[in-house]
Amino acid sequence: MHMADALISPAVGGTMWAATAGLIAYSAKKVKEEIDERKVPLMGVLGAFIFASQMINFSIPATGSSGHLGGGMILAILLGPYAAFLVMASVLIVQALFFADGGLLALGCNIFNLGFFPCFLAYPLIYRKIVGDYPTQGKIMLGSLIAAIIGLQLGAFGVVLETVFSGISELPFGTFVLLMQPIHLAIGIVEGLVTAAVVTFVWKARPEILSAAESSAPIGQVDMKRVILGLVVAAAIAGGALSWFASSNPDGLEWAMFKTSGKEELESHETVHASLAGIQEKTAFLPDYGFKKTEPAGEAEPEIEAKAPWPAVDSGTSVSGLVGGVLTLLIAVLIGLGLKRRQSAV
Amino acid sequence: MSSVISQRCSSDFFMNNIGKDAFDIGYMDTLAAGDSLLHRLDPRAKLITTLVFIVTVISFDKYALSAMTPFFIYPIVLISFGRLPYRYILKKVLLVSPFAILVGIFNPLMDREILIHLGSIGISGGWVSFISIILRFILTVTAALILISLTGFNAVCAALMKFGLPRPFVVQLLFFYRYIFVLTDESERMVRASSFRAPNSKIIAFSTFVSLAGNLLLRTFDRAERIYRAMCCRGFDGHIRIMRPMKAGYQEIIFTLGWALLFILLRCSNVPLKLGTLITGYLR
Repeated sequence: MHMADALISPAVGGTMWAATAGLIAYSAKKVKEEIDERKVPLMGVLGAFIFASQMINFSIPATGSSGHLGGGMILAILLGPYAAFLVMASVLIVQALFFADGGLLALGCNIFNLGFFPCFLAYPLIYRKIVGDYPTQGKIMLGSLIAAIIGLQLGAFGVVLETVFSGISELPFGTFVLLMQPIHLAIGIVEGLVTAAVVTFVWKARPEILSAAESSAPIGQVDMKRVILGLVVAAAIAGGALSWFASSNPDGLEWAMFKTSGKEELESHETVHASLAGIQEKTAFLPDYGFKKTEPAGEAEPEIEAKAPWPAVDSGTSVSGLVGGVLTLLIAVLIGLGLKRRQSAV
Repeated sequence: MSSVISQRCSSDFFMNNIGKDAFDIGYMDTLAAGDSLLHRLDPRAKLITTLVFIVTVISFDKYALSAMTPFFIYPIVLISFGRLPYRYILKKVLLVSPFAILVGIFNPLMDREILIHLGSIGISGGWVSFISIILRFILTVTAALILISLTGFNAVCAALMKFGLPRPFVVQLLFFYRYIFVLTDESERMVRASSFRAPNSKIIAFSTFVSLAGNLLLRTFDRAERIYRAMCCRGFDGHIRIMRPMKAGYQEIIFTLGWALLFILLRCSNVPLKLGTLITGYLR
């Protein structure tokens, strides 16, 4: 399932972008160093294969519904983790740009959820461990089934964490986990079955394809320590650089900080009247935060006291806000219509 | 003849949206081949502006509504100037909206505190943040779609490479894009053939799918091998050279800086609220 731009905060989006960019750079370096360049066209064409095979729907055995091939795990098995990660990233980039599945800022999250977990965790730690050096049909079936399920579970959990950390959706952590994990268990089983069946098909027809993939990326070469260290560093840098953004998505303490700093800035810029009005507008638009803090204290009186003056201030500004917002939209649409007329007249 | 047509229809049952989507990619490339001032801009300028736009939009706090509305000016101006079809882009936005709606719809259930009073009607914070999510969604999705419809995929890739994305990654991305069409056609042919052989089943059986996908995969490997050999014959050395020179002239600087400044300005001051205050104050 794809994360959407609308649900993430800049801090989370930026951190995941940094982590993903680091992984792409690292994987590209590995591909360049260790794998012969013949793989580059193969990677691209296999990406197209994932895309093309996704358009074929099949019936899921024992149920009435239909499904299609996912991709991450089968790519990892055919190409090895580094190349597979790059291909998965490209598939997701094309989906984000052309079908707006997810979004540009959420792309970091999506590549991480659907690329990192299957390629760098599930493939080396589960599939390779089960299949070992002497693959049999049973081992391949079991390995790809379990690896696909676990990879997808981790990815779904990633979606939950990213959404909860962003704080745009009100869904509490527990509910969201209970929603996402079982759904993705079902999807994962189907994905695992298809992956297992297709990989076995290839293994029977052309075993050298699989052994080529294995030899180019034996398990010892997936240097998890370096990958994770790089990730931590990238995330720390991005988190630090972007943490000031978090104040624009205020909650709790941050909100209090924003309020005070916002006042100072405004007063230095505008006249006293305008600035007072500005503060009023800004604070009144988010009265919620003030209350939420008093509520857990369980004191009824201050809450009522606090609430009483708000509606009087609030109704005015929120009506103005709505009026202004609708007007702005109208103006924007009018500009668009005007431009369109001019363009078609040209 | 009519039976052939009905067979074709039944082959449609086997396909999901992605088949039609492949056609869509072609259509967006056609749009990108248009010729307007915006089409001619350096892809890097459009890429940076799109990213600044998305970051400023999603940096709004979760109850922001009116403050976000001026940002509609960006997609509207670009769609109009770039002569892109409004209806097509709207349709694409609607197609992908379910996930945002699904996750956002819990906000009204969880957050019931009254945030806005309109006369005697109170609107809860949850509904405000839900509508805010939808606004964000529309803005960010249209921005991405506009970027690709005004620029084209190859040019975006070239811009990415200029920004330092690793070469092997960009090269395989270009390959991937080129072969989407070829392989989509191929799998479409396979599905059609399969539907001719099983006219009564509405959907492909699991075992059939495995041998279809497996065969497609084997052919894909062979094709990649052929492509690689053919490219080696033509002097391929791991690089794809892109002929179109990129230039960052004053047009690009004005476009990027102008929009970026406008976004930051609109982000910092709530213009619609000021406008609304002015008008409601005047009415009183």
